[in-house]
Amino acid sequence: MGPITTSHYLALSAALLLIGTIGVLTRRNIVIILMSIELILNAVNINLIAFSHYLQNVNGQIFAIFVITDAVAEAAVGLGILIALFRNKETVLADEVDLLKW
Amino acid sequence: MMDALLFYFFAVLVLGGAIFTVTRRSAVHSAISLIVSLIGVAGLYLLQQAEFLFAVQIVLYVGGIMVLFLFVIMLVNLDLAAKQRQFNRQWGIALLCVAVVAAEITYFMRKGASSFQVVRAPIAITATTEGNTEQIATVLFSQYLLPFEIASLLLLVAVVGSVVMAKKRI
Repeated sequence: MGPITTSHYLALSAALLLIGTIGVLTRRNIVIILMSIELILNAVNINLIAFSHYLQNVNGQIFAIFVITDAVAEAAVGLGILIALFRNKETVLADEVDLLKW
Repeated sequence: MMDALLFYFFAVLVLGGAIFTVTRRSAVHSAISLIVSLIGVAGLYLLQQAEFLFAVQIVLYVGGIMVLFLFVIMLVNLDLAAKQRQFNRQWGIALLCVAVVAAEITYFMRKGASSFQVVRAPIAITATTEGNTEQIATVLFSQYLLPFEIASLLLLVAVVGSVVMAKKRI
């Protein structure tokens, strides 16, 4: 086991990003799609913190805080939309919501 | 050595939790795997001397967002959805696209890896007397004051929006 470099963190973050993307693209359950979006945002944060540590610059961590703020707002609004959707259509599966499809 | 062991431990936590999140049938199992994954990410923050973000990650993600998810899982009836097909019809194309992106990322990381090989000696902590939280606060409230205020406005809009969305009749 060699020492841990920044590229280790970048590889981990890339793997997390890809797993999250697979979740967003293949799952039908909207709750799990929202969770996968959280995974993607966390991958971004790992990247930002890795570079912040590498450059010894605190700006990356500030940016990560803003990303977390966005994630919170997105989760709150997304789950609100999900509740409204479930009340009107009685489904949480993404491909059964096809009102705009012809 | 200790650093490397901790890194691999947290990496297994992060990736294992993420894989279980994406593949589990039950949404509650997914949520619990996501908690494991987020705690792993928090550990990675701690390894990189981002102590404030470690605390924010635990309090906000594990304590806040995940409770929100679990509430919605309880509110929305997911039993029917758990019995049905879990993956949509386009999963083959989706995996193909992800594989292409993965190949691209791997190629560029192999090509550019030499730029990040520098292993820094542990920074002498005596250089700055203020801790991580103080540093963040100083920069956040001087250089990034306007973005900070805009973020608070964003949160206000999100609160109002989610209340309007979840209300029975508008």
